[in-house]
Amino acid sequence: MFPFVFEWVWDLGHLVFMGGLWYALTIVGLGMTYCIIKSAIDASKEAAGDHDH
Amino acid sequence: MDSALIPKGVKRCPLPQFLGGLAVAGVVLLWGVYAILLIWIKGLHVTGMNDYYGFALWIWADLAVIALGGGAFFTGFLRYIVGKDEIKNIINFAVTIGVICYISALLILAIDVGQPLTRAWHIFWHANVHSMLTEVAFCLSAYLVVLIIEYIPLVLENRQIDKVPFFHHLSHNMHEVMAVFAATGVFLSCFHQGSLGGVAGVMFGRPFAFREHLFIWPWTFFLFTWSAAAYGPCFTIFLAKLTEKITGKRLIKDNVYDLLAKISGWMILTYIIAKIADTWYWAAVTLPSQGHTLMDFYSNNAFYGIWILVAEIGVCGILPALILVTKKGRSSSTLIWTAVILGCIGVCLNRWVMILQTMAVPSIPFDSWQLYMPTWPEVATTILPVAFGVIVVMISYRYLPIFPQEQELNPIEP
Repeated sequence: MFPFVFEWVWDLGHLVFMGGLWYALTIVGLGMTYCIIKSAIDASKEAAGDHDH
Repeated sequence: MDSALIPKGVKRCPLPQFLGGLAVAGVVLLWGVYAILLIWIKGLHVTGMNDYYGFALWIWADLAVIALGGGAFFTGFLRYIVGKDEIKNIINFAVTIGVICYISALLILAIDVGQPLTRAWHIFWHANVHSMLTEVAFCLSAYLVVLIIEYIPLVLENRQIDKVPFFHHLSHNMHEVMAVFAATGVFLSCFHQGSLGGVAGVMFGRPFAFREHLFIWPWTFFLFTWSAAAYGPCFTIFLAKLTEKITGKRLIKDNVYDLLAKISGWMILTYIIAKIADTWYWAAVTLPSQGHTLMDFYSNNAFYGIWILVAEIGVCGILPALILVTKKGRSSSTLIWTAVILGCIGVCLNRWVMILQTMAVPSIPFDSWQLYMPTWPEVATTILPVAFGVIVVMISYRYLPIFPQEQELNPIEP
């Protein structure tokens, strides 16, 4: 699964297969990270706005 | 008592009636859980599987729920990539069904593995990159994560949860980038649906399942993806209409059903043409080259006759396709019910023959047909996902806005 696991081989099969999986997981992970951080910022801005008023 | 949790502007049954329904489904669920524990504690010998049947009822159920749950990725594709706006009124329900189907599929695999805690992670950590099943495991698990991400905004839209500013913004922001998640889901679905077909198609020692290849992919790879995209929406429509019958309400407008049914109809029609071509090539070219004839696989046994091929392609393929592609067929309530039910049976039948009939056919000259009878723990664990699905749909329908048009279609008298 990872290059540091003993059975890893640097061949096309491993690069395409594992690359596809990590590509998909990276998109999902980055997407969720973006949503969570942006929501925290939006919520804190809203709270600060409420305090100002 | 729970009225503060129910979406605004909609009516729900009294809480005791709801809890009564949950209890009935819960009893069936507990029966399945008991069977799971029995299998995990005593081992796979309590099942009807043997040396002939390494794949049996569970793998059929697994493939069937994955195909039927294909409505989630295909409606996501139509909504976010093709841009069919009307689909937004059914996509929440399709995602809910998808989550149920994929959780069920992984649960069934966890039972089939036998030792989920000590063995299940091996397929990820010690991945065999030449195995179709590894591709299935990767894409299935990753797609379940995507489906849960698609379901989360729906949960966050619950009246009480939405009052928390962070969750309110999270729901909004997830909707903003949902196209990215949906596209990832389509990518993963195409590969795991296809690989499930590929598992059967690459078995050159099983001439009933073996098919010719395009690069590394047998034709079954493409047929499985195509059939899931074609028949999955039938299951979504069937369950949405069933929910309408049970609740006694219209929940989705007719134009939404009409669009999805029409697209599903054309997908089934094109799929079934491809399936006929595949079957003809298999019967006329592939089988003779291996010393077989078509009837070797449909005779000399008590169950698998040529009727099963006629039922799969004709009754449950051509017929629903013709109903769904015609305006007259889609506008008749009876015909649309018939078409979606036949469609669901058709794709389940396809998965059945590709798993169970493949195992039943003698694979060496001196062998005979081997028929298989599941034991009650297998049946109980296969029914468990149905009870689980009923519970999830009941809770989602009661507390979450899974049908955006419900309020408009069922105005409450002041």
